[in-house]
Amino acid sequence: MALPAHVEPLERAWFYTYRFICGLILFFLIAPILIIIPLSFNAGFYLSFSKEMLSLDPAGFSIQWYQDFYNDQKWIDGVKNSFFIAIFAAVISTTLGTIAALGLSRPEMPYRKLIMALLISPMIVPLIVSALGMYFFLVKIGLASTYTGIIVSHAVLGTPFVVITVTATLSGFDQSLIRAGLNLGATPSKVFFKIIMPLILPGVISGALFAFITSFDEVVVINFVGTTVQQTIPQVMFRGLRENISPTILAVATILVGISVALLVTMELLRRRSERLRGMSPT
Amino acid sequence: MKKLFTKGTALAALAVAGTLGAGVTAASAETTLTVVSWGGAYTASQQGAYHAPYMAANKGIKIVNDDSASGALAKLRAQVEAKNVTWDLVDMVASDAITACDDGLVEQINPDKDLAAAPDGTPASKDFFAGTLNPGGSNCFIPQIVYSTTFGYRTDKVKVAPTSVCDVFDLKKIPGKRALEKKPINNIEWALLCSGVPKDKLYEVMSTKEGIDKAFAKLDTIKSEVVWWTKGAQTPQLLSDGEVVIGSTYNGRLFAAIEEKKQPIAMLWDYQVFDLDGWVVPKGGKNTAEVMKYLKFATDTQRLADQAKFISYGPARYSSGPLVGKHGKLGIDMKPHMPTNAKNAKTQLLFNYEWWADNRASLDERFNAWLAK
Amino acid sequence: MENTTAPATLVTADGTPLKASLQRALRQRRRQAFMLVLPLLVFIFVLFIMPIATMLTRSVDNPEVNSILPRTVIALQSWDETTGELPSEEVFKTIAAEFVAGSQPGKKVINKVGKRLNYELPGMSSLFRTSTRKIRRMKTGPYREKMINIKIVGKRWADVATWRLLKREGDPVTASYFLSAMDMRVDSKGEIKSKPVDNQIYKFLFVRTFLMSIGITFMTILLGYPIAYLLATLPMRHAALLMILVLLPFWTSLLVRTSAWMVLLGNEGVINDLLVWAGFLGDKSRLALINNRTGTFVAMTHILLPFMILPLYSVMKTIPPSYMRAARSMGATQLRAHIKVYFPLTLTGIGAGTLLVFILAIGYYITPELVGGQSGVFISNQIAGKFDSGNWGLASALGAILFVFVLLLYAVYDKIIGIDKMKLG
Repeated sequence: MALPAHVEPLERAWFYTYRFICGLILFFLIAPILIIIPLSFNAGFYLSFSKEMLSLDPAGFSIQWYQDFYNDQKWIDGVKNSFFIAIFAAVISTTLGTIAALGLSRPEMPYRKLIMALLISPMIVPLIVSALGMYFFLVKIGLASTYTGIIVSHAVLGTPFVVITVTATLSGFDQSLIRAGLNLGATPSKVFFKIIMPLILPGVISGALFAFITSFDEVVVINFVGTTVQQTIPQVMFRGLRENISPTILAVATILVGISVALLVTMELLRRRSERLRGMSPT
Repeated sequence: MKKLFTKGTALAALAVAGTLGAGVTAASAETTLTVVSWGGAYTASQQGAYHAPYMAANKGIKIVNDDSASGALAKLRAQVEAKNVTWDLVDMVASDAITACDDGLVEQINPDKDLAAAPDGTPASKDFFAGTLNPGGSNCFIPQIVYSTTFGYRTDKVKVAPTSVCDVFDLKKIPGKRALEKKPINNIEWALLCSGVPKDKLYEVMSTKEGIDKAFAKLDTIKSEVVWWTKGAQTPQLLSDGEVVIGSTYNGRLFAAIEEKKQPIAMLWDYQVFDLDGWVVPKGGKNTAEVMKYLKFATDTQRLADQAKFISYGPARYSSGPLVGKHGKLGIDMKPHMPTNAKNAKTQLLFNYEWWADNRASLDERFNAWLAK
Repeated sequence: MENTTAPATLVTADGTPLKASLQRALRQRRRQAFMLVLPLLVFIFVLFIMPIATMLTRSVDNPEVNSILPRTVIALQSWDETTGELPSEEVFKTIAAEFVAGSQPGKKVINKVGKRLNYELPGMSSLFRTSTRKIRRMKTGPYREKMINIKIVGKRWADVATWRLLKREGDPVTASYFLSAMDMRVDSKGEIKSKPVDNQIYKFLFVRTFLMSIGITFMTILLGYPIAYLLATLPMRHAALLMILVLLPFWTSLLVRTSAWMVLLGNEGVINDLLVWAGFLGDKSRLALINNRTGTFVAMTHILLPFMILPLYSVMKTIPPSYMRAARSMGATQLRAHIKVYFPLTLTGIGAGTLLVFILAIGYYITPELVGGQSGVFISNQIAGKFDSGNWGLASALGAILFVFVLLLYAVYDKIIGIDKMKLG
């Protein structure tokens, strides 16, 4: 949308105003996330910029809140629990979701729309309703307050993302490739690993990342299903924020932003690979 | 499918949790007792006064703290209803314990059989403060402490020091924000006391619609200046940050802010409201016999007195009072900081369990509606 | 050769008619496809759909009176509540016996009834608690007289309203929780009435949740549309760079974004500090940006904005730029061309984004809880509160109303956009 060489002044003015507005909106999107990074290096117990910080005086900065984080057992346990739960939940979501997506994208799949609606529903139902329902059920079967209970409930919440991303990668997939493979004498497992898997892999991985982050970020369901023994990072944050927001929370938030950036980069690389594989123009 | 699946993940979870060492205990001769309490300084005081000495004396017992006490009643109900109780002992305020007892969620207690007598031989039923073993006619509750909800104020931010709870309602005398609990309990009582209702007529007046209207009218006068708290730690923080000049909270939280963190805060004990906090034993727990042994130890005279070394709440036994000594770290005498100390308890209210059991649901509703509008 | 009769239908090599064979193959393929989906379907059904359905039945489940006072419920059937007279001595005798049976040591259940009825009529809790002790000491009748004369609380046994309530809630299924969730109740005469104005809250909270969600959704359209358009029309290299600014918030933890807003909006927060420092505000007149609906509104708009931008962007990217050029070359101004040609083509994207953002918004819990104060909390927060306070029937009824509303929106989404067209990023 470059500005053509000869335009009326009014249009030129509008063009720059529009760009300016867009700049403001993008600032609104990104600034809150960036602002916590410098604040987490605050030397004082402030949640705003101190005079020393504004004048870039080194005395205004410190890593004490990161040390605070590192020395607090509850945060360290939180890190372990978060990764442990999210990895397992993502593995379950990804396995079940990918297999289901393979079925869903076959043209002869019966009741496709209805089943799709059911499988996507965990993404749509208000979390508080899901949390209560799953909590009562997990208590009944003896899985409340256990890692297993939390993992399966998070796996439920993660599957819609896997189903959506994998069916999307399969949408342009030529089903006759499978038949061709089979006709040429390949076993079904060989067809899966040699033909299907390379094509859907980017979708599977991005679905897995979605499932991972869904669990990693989840705090409503786990508040009901888990206890403090299985407390994750977002739970420690939530409990902390309810009482008072401390700079330690900002230090943790900064670390989490770092994780998000890593995930984002992975996703972007995958997307490019996927588009290349499917013969689309590189972006 | 489901069964296979859950089994599979359970195994996998166990395997990885084992390597991460993330809290899954291997099967062994050790008995693990899961004790649910409030976390923070309170759990620390129980760890110091009860758990640590008990575990030192009983090698086969491991006590695990679960800080889920807020909201424990609902979760305990779910566990008992599902016949799958994973908690061994739960710390509750008396009003929740009464409900738990009513609903058959917790074991009934026979004080003289289940609890230790005082050193001089006084049976437990006589040694705990009168009426505290069976609040509201229930008999499932073993009190540990008497705590109070009372006020703290910033000494450097008020022009005149408040002397009466009614100063909280006086925006001229004490201008600025004040913190109150986001519940009708206590606030309604204080509002009426300060609208001229005598203490002994309080619940009579509160039982009429006009009385409640009057209380809300009084609260209306300060509504715009109130910051509402839901967690006891909020008020000390709000006071330290200067966000409020005066606020209610549990007396132990204020003690910590004043004496341990040396904040410019002072206590206003006027019409503090006494309440009890203690143990209940979930029905259908897996280690009930072990828990009862632990309880006999943890609620004896010395142990209750010991808890005051860590936190400024009053032990619930007559015989523990004289044994309250100095704070474990600060070395200051804890007796003047007990809410039950005669100097602090000149004017006080006792939480009226019966009245609130009847009216809590409807008043909560009205209070929430009042807040939301 | 001569013997072969010409086949009426085509057959396969093994002699079965081709049509049947094809059908069988199709059936087989259908079954294969279904078998692939089955594991996840069972997983979701067992762990999600069934549990939610079971939980929602709690909103009408009413076992207390029926199971603890079964004979009283039967005895009350013959009592005519319209006469305004108390039930007979026989009914009093029955309930007294059931009080004794229901308060045996170790099996004390009678107070559950009191607690249940207390939701409908304050005072029932203490009536049951106190009466239990007194009735256990009554060895003989007349029970009616003795119960009415129990100190302080006994007068409630002499009140017909108590007995009407008992009779009504004797039914194992109740509408009381749903009535309560809609700020209504059955009054002492048995008529459905609105609750007193001072006690009305849930309707108000539902309305607030919907209105604020509409406001937030509208805001995301307003802010999301220009950005999506910019991304869709910029050269790819620049767009990819700007896309990061949209995707990073999308991938950042909800708690991180909420705490960022707490830092920004607080009384001593960055925005207030900045305004005071710049001289726009006095130190005493700092703006209240948090713990009210402003906080919820701003933070949720920020959090949900990517959910609007991404579907809009994916639709806009498919619109060929030649359409706009054609309109311009025929003399339309930039604005006119946009409104008349471009905008209508983006409507599916707006629809998808709007429904998605709205559905997510009305179920929000964490952000309103942390930044909403009193005026910015949603219905989800109230549902969690009701669970904690033990009134699970009401929590389920409120949850059911929210749930049904979301399902309706979900159906609309399916109708307009199609669930299978849902995309992420």
